Amino acid sequence: MTIKVRYFAWVREQTGLPEEDVALPDGVATVSDLIVWLKTRGPEFEAAFAKPDVIRAAVDQAHVKHDARITAAREIAFFPPVTGG
Amino acid sequence: MIRVQENDFDIAAEVQAIARGRTDIGAVVTFTGIVRGDAGDGETGAVAAMTLEHYPGMTERELERVEAEAWARWPLSGSTIIHRTGTLGPGENIVLVITASQHRHAAFEAASFLMDYLKTAAPFWKKESDAAGHGQWVDARESDDAAAGRWRGGRSAGDGDGDGDGDGEGEGEGGGSDD
Repeated sequence: MTIKVRYFAWVREQTGLPEEDVALPDGVATVSDLIVWLKTRGPEFEAAFAKPDVIRAAVDQAHVKHDARITAAREIAFFPPVTGG
Repeated sequence: MIRVQENDFDIAAEVQAIARGRTDIGAVVTFTGIVRGDAGDGETGAVAAMTLEHYPGMTERELERVEAEAWARWPLSGSTIIHRTGTLGPGENIVLVITASQHRHAAFEAASFLMDYLKTAAPFWKKESDAAGHGQWVDARESDDAAAGRWRGGRSAGDGDGDGDGDGEGEGEGGGSDD
């Protein structure tokens, strides 16, 4: 199944793209799993996710922890801690 | 009421709008966030511009969620959050929070709560640029997480007797300390 993955702020700058449609591989069930898999796709992803603890995630536009399941998600976003206000 | 927009906002007009036609509002509290011209950490040079990136869709949703949380905790009569996006210069408005209530305690507490929660939940990211155009992403602050954390437990911060109200009758202050 295809899922939309969005990247924001310096995560976007490092991956080099704001969004993409991704076919979730078998075995990728959580946010953590997805991060591990994304890092295998090239040096820019390795760099963007070098420190996973700093990366925040949202599934279908709601904040989630890295153990959240994504198998039914339509959209996932990765970004640094927010700095609005 | 939530708005995310590039354009500047008119604080006086928004204050007038929140109480228009109401005779039950006795208190209106207003907070404005403004772009500082210095980077604040002393390391980088003067800030020439600040660019606010956001996550369209999730931004509005998070602001509405934070607003709903404030209405659940305090007896509000009205609230307004307007947050700008795009590129802003020093001295420009970034964010406006207005709260209205019958008595001042709820308006003060809710405005403070809305800013603390907004700063840790709403998906905006600031990038500061110096005069040469070199940009640096602003780091989130632990103090913002701590500020949001003080509201945990479902009570208002000044609610000393735990009745969820924190307000005395009329204009008198009840028990509990104010920050």
